[in-house]
Amino acid sequence: MGKGADPLKLVVAGHVDHGKSSVIGRLLHDTHSLPQGTVDRVKRIARETGKDFEFAYLLDALEEEQKQGVTIDITRLQFRTQKREYIIIDAPGHKEFLKNMVSGAADAEAAFLVIDAARGVEEQSKRHACMLSLLGIRQICLIVNKMDLIAYDEARFTAIKEGMNAFLASLGLMARDAIPFSALRGDNVLEPSPLMPWHKGHTLIQTLDDLEAARRPDQAALRFPVQDVYKFDERRIIAGRIESGTLRAGDEIVIHPGGKKTRVRSLAFWRTEDEKTEVRAGESVGIIVEDEFFNQRGEVISHAERPPLITRSFRASVFWLGKKPLRRGNRYKLKIATRAVEVVVEEIFGVIDSSTLALDNRAQELSLNDVAEVELGSQEALALDLFADCRALGRFVLVEGYDVAGGGVITADLSEEAAPDGFAHGELKARCEIFEEYHYNVKEKEIKKSRRAPEVYTLGDALPLSGKSYAYPDFFDIVVMRDRIAVSVREGKVTDIIPLEEYRYGGLPVLNGRGFAFLVRSGADWERCREEFTDARPKDEAALSARWLHFGAFRSIPFADGDWEI
Amino acid sequence: MQDLDFLEAQSVYILREAYKLLGRLGMLWSIGKDSTVMLWLAQKAFFGHCPFPLIHVDTSYKIPEMITYRDKVAAELGLDLIVHGNREALATGMGPQAGRLECCKALKTEALQQVVRKYAFDGLIVGARRDEEGSRSKERVFSERNAADEWDYTRQPPELWDQFKTDFPKGHHIRVHPILHWNEIDVWRYIRREGIPIIGLYFARDGERYRSLGCAPCTGKIKSEAASLDAIIAELEATTVSERAGRAQDQEDPHAMQKLRKAGYM
Ligand SMILES: Nc1nc2c(ncn2[C@@H]2O[C@H](COP(=O)(O)OP(=O)(O)OP(=O)(O)O)[C@@H](O)[C@H]2O)c(=O)[nH]1
Ligand SMILES: [Mg+2]
Repeated sequence: MGKGADPLKLVVAGHVDHGKSSVIGRLLHDTHSLPQGTVDRVKRIARETGKDFEFAYLLDALEEEQKQGVTIDITRLQFRTQKREYIIIDAPGHKEFLKNMVSGAADAEAAFLVIDAARGVEEQSKRHACMLSLLGIRQICLIVNKMDLIAYDEARFTAIKEGMNAFLASLGLMARDAIPFSALRGDNVLEPSPLMPWHKGHTLIQTLDDLEAARRPDQAALRFPVQDVYKFDERRIIAGRIESGTLRAGDEIVIHPGGKKTRVRSLAFWRTEDEKTEVRAGESVGIIVEDEFFNQRGEVISHAERPPLITRSFRASVFWLGKKPLRRGNRYKLKIATRAVEVVVEEIFGVIDSSTLALDNRAQELSLNDVAEVELGSQEALALDLFADCRALGRFVLVEGYDVAGGGVITADLSEEAAPDGFAHGELKARCEIFEEYHYNVKEKEIKKSRRAPEVYTLGDALPLSGKSYAYPDFFDIVVMRDRIAVSVREGKVTDIIPLEEYRYGGLPVLNGRGFAFLVRSGADWERCREEFTDARPKDEAALSARWLHFGAFRSIPFADGDWEI
Repeated sequence: MQDLDFLEAQSVYILREAYKLLGRLGMLWSIGKDSTVMLWLAQKAFFGHCPFPLIHVDTSYKIPEMITYRDKVAAELGLDLIVHGNREALATGMGPQAGRLECCKALKTEALQQVVRKYAFDGLIVGARRDEEGSRSKERVFSERNAADEWDYTRQPPELWDQFKTDFPKGHHIRVHPILHWNEIDVWRYIRREGIPIIGLYFARDGERYRSLGCAPCTGKIKSEAASLDAIIAELEATTVSERAGRAQDQEDPHAMQKLRKAGYM
């Protein structure tokens, strides 16, 4: 990209009223970064409303914020030192506005954690630290503000610093710096304060300039999520932003999760002046590819080497900001890069109170502001990365109703443990869930499914044809529509695995990949059924299933209490 | 100095998200520098096309050169342009003499509401920037307006990792802000770099120029000798006066803009 450096993004976090907005206001004031008249205008407002001038009012622009003396929503502002450009994000400290704090902190590279010297570490000091850790922010500096209230006492400062450092250590973090500060009096802003000669460390401005700017991941694996496909003129352009890596005209690419390969014919631009043959992380681009597959938003383009993970199930650290609790079994819309897909909460591995880090291993739901490790599952294959490998493809939000209600970062691929049984023969592969056990749980009054360790069957393998909730005949066919594969079972053994196109109805029972019988009696029946499923859109699935599938032909739902042993 | 490539890439990303994910979309076009840059960014995003109509809310009090310029550019680029004014209010003689905020409310806010209803827009692309004034500094990139076009700034949903608000009840709409993260000086540096044609009112004549364009009765000129892009950029690098100091409606009350925008103002 161009010559200018990206501004360093810094979030200022901490407990309510500890002085975050005042610290920023003081910094802007002392560095003469405010437009002319701003201070006078704020003084006028203070006078008219019968209040004292507050540095915080320079940030808290909303009338409600000034009236209540509390920051409600984030302010992002630009700030410049001799060294570089910054975007400073003033986060609210009130617990009720944690969602706004997270919105502000989500893409920060560094954080100032402001702590009131007189009050010490409080609930949101810890909660914010916990969120910063989850969001992947590693550079944290402690600003112990309001030193004027404790007579600039070194011992108090040290005690607060050590207390907070101990908490940070339990999050695997370490503060880079700690500054005794007073926003009110302006101590240790630009110059070392004469009132705290014992402080040998940095001033605020030095600490700021000492931070390390994140570099764009140009050298990392290519990740190019498809945002849209345009056909405004004769060109068919795949549009999106390069999230990481570098892409050149002529490159071989793979489009995930489908895995189709093609080559970049050219990069598309509006004006000839803009034309180039290489694009990098951060750029919004358009490409024209050699083979015109059906492409859609949500697919992820990579090079053949270093592909993303393709999975239906993963483990994630999530934070929950929703009013209704997140429970096991709940379904949400997950948005990751440009993909939106329904996921189900398969498992909750323990809920952490974000302000104490107390872990509750038995908790089965997350309430507002909790964090937890969970397993999420999707019916569809997803192309994604671990957060540690690629930030943009390793983080997601969860939407409930109309709003983002939570988010998280991906910590592990669970596809191996969670993979269903399968059939495989050479290149041909199909998922198989015909040996899943169903039961009706009499305690929870719900139908449940359970699985055993997955198996892959190939030609000649004998199948376990009877279970607690199914009993299949010795001769039948299986057609897995979503993988377009047909399997022949004769005398209880797999005798053939072929592409769906080659399959002909032969009068034996036909089951789908879940063990439900197709309601077909003739070749003509079968052809119609196959066509309807092939052309179906997701929303037609229930109607189609009702027309063509019979659950009870070979399956049943026995009663059971508690979880079954299989 | 922000990286102009990065600013552009982010704006293009936002415009493409809006085009893909919102239904009926329109872009406010006020002829000024910000909306002119937005139109340019749209052509970058959509490879020379602007796949949604532009909307000009005409108060009838605009500086006359703005209207001439608008019609010239619209004809040259073959733009799909909707010009709308609040005829009922104008018929009853609405104007700044009725009070500046009253006038803004009738001729801008209400006129905009009428356009949103008439064309059933789900999304309006607006050239607001965070550095303009306090209430804009609190904006989200995708910012919801309810059925009465109101902005509930005390209860905004989370917006992170460029996952924007695209789910909302029917009858609500989203204000999309593709250049929210730009500063005034970035806009000018981008105009210079790209060679974007811009209306002449911004350039100094006889020791004065417009820094921000609006309605003639409520928009003041600033003292300036800046008659070229280089001179404007140099002037902004040195100034400590805020951009909207010449906009009378902002000065009526310390929270005037917040109140106007809460009620649906752009
Ligand atoms: N004595 C003293 N008071 C301070 C200092 N800094 C801030 N305050 C006061 O602390 C109060 C809270 O300050 P803010 O800056 O609004 O606190 P905040 O952390 O931004 O609060 P929220 O954003 O609402 O979480 C105000 O009344 C300030 O005047 C300081 O250095 N010394
Ligand atoms: Mg504050």
